[in-house]
Amino acid sequence: MSPGMVLSTPATTRRKSQVLLEWFLPYRFSWLAVTFFPLVAFLYAAGMLAVRQRGGHVGIARPLAFFVGLLLCYIVLHTRFDYYGQYLFFMHRAQHLVLHHVGAMLMALGDPVLFWGAAIAKSGLRLPRGVTAVLRFPVAVLQHPVIGSFVFVGIIYFWLTPSIHFDAMLSHPLYLLMNWSMFIDGLLFWLVIVDRRDPLVSGLPRHGTRLAMILGTLVPQIVLGAYITFSRSDIYDVYSVCGRAFPILPENDQLYGGLLTWIPPAMMMLLAALIVLSMIMKASREESGEIQAGTASP
Amino acid sequence: MSSKLLVSVIALAFVAGCARESHEWHAKSIRGLMPPLEFTLTSENGQEVSAQDYRGKTVLLFFGYTNCPDYCPTTLSRLKLALDKLPDLRSQVVILFVSVDPKRDTLEYLRQYTSNFAPEVIGLTGSMKALSELAKRYRTTFSYGEPDEHGFYAVSHGIAVYAFDTAGAARLMMLQEEKPDEIAADIKQLVELGDSP
Repeated sequence: MSPGMVLSTPATTRRKSQVLLEWFLPYRFSWLAVTFFPLVAFLYAAGMLAVRQRGGHVGIARPLAFFVGLLLCYIVLHTRFDYYGQYLFFMHRAQHLVLHHVGAMLMALGDPVLFWGAAIAKSGLRLPRGVTAVLRFPVAVLQHPVIGSFVFVGIIYFWLTPSIHFDAMLSHPLYLLMNWSMFIDGLLFWLVIVDRRDPLVSGLPRHGTRLAMILGTLVPQIVLGAYITFSRSDIYDVYSVCGRAFPILPENDQLYGGLLTWIPPAMMMLLAALIVLSMIMKASREESGEIQAGTASP
Repeated sequence: MSSKLLVSVIALAFVAGCARESHEWHAKSIRGLMPPLEFTLTSENGQEVSAQDYRGKTVLLFFGYTNCPDYCPTTLSRLKLALDKLPDLRSQVVILFVSVDPKRDTLEYLRQYTSNFAPEVIGLTGSMKALSELAKRYRTTFSYGEPDEHGFYAVSHGIAVYAFDTAGAARLMMLQEEKPDEIAADIKQLVELGDSP
């Protein structure tokens, strides 16, 4: 039984083009999505132009990472994917894997702060002081190494608390809050971890601290994922109550969901550790290069 | 500016907290979580009906299909047993059985099927679009299994009973665990509450 079968029953005979279109249309239209995604994409593209105009290097890797990450997040939030995310636990976990880890990290690797900043600076627009102050405070709090790590893991545990998860799956506003809070929190966390600037310049946590943040958040994620994977009882019964997108045994749905909470996020954390390690090595190479250059000159 | 925002956030959280349930229920309270009852469908008597037609009554809504081997008959039986315990109040209750299998569930089938349970059970059906919209509104879905050699196919659907007060506000979600006694107690309390929070 595959999901496609639902569409091929006589009661819903439709043309193939319609069926295909349905995969790209949102399950539930969201103003937030159609405003946010084009806005940040436009800002980033304008930033690329601005950086190039002032003679800066743009390259291909960073825009590619950013736009692929952005597209992934859009797909899981605002296409047919979201339908499966609402009616299958493992697809919901796949959705959050993209929002909180893969998509958000790819976007952060694209150096969006640099490009957004360049676009805003180029436009000459000045955000009102109140707005920047209101934004800056929660961002600073969420990027604090201890608080940021705590929230990064805490938000996963929070939305996966069975009673809270149940309500979030019933109430559409809560559902939106869940997905967007995962996405924004993921983005803020990865913007710290993979920031390429010298920590002394950016004011972000040092590389060693970032490694500690990664290790500190890795273990509780593994614990939660393993708990769900090995649990024999139906922890998230809301999917049984509301009906699944296609017939799949609840225990299998939970098993796959548990694995998606456990393995890929853990791998993403290790990948992040490698990225930070490469930054440390690059920094130390530059440092020794500078020292050598310093000793060579009389 | 930021302190004003903080105050309004706290105020909002407080209001949201107050909207929480103050009554004791056996079923899960969905007050404030789900939207009020809204639909336009065809009743088993062939009339077009809307949620407005049932305002003033305590409404129990359930999605299913007449060929259902398990959840639909057992759920409707439990609801019938619950109503049997409330002889004085049952006239103020209506049970809407929404068939999500319009291909097989003709109006006549629906009439026959619902009459097996109780006079308060009304079968409803409609276009695929109307049924999908209503299912989506209550965060549930349905899909069809593959037909066997006799053309029989199973329909997967949500198994919750949604309860609405006389004003159509969503109040309770009854799951499969509640016994007829408990369902009756919840229905009694809902009827007595009317449309008051």
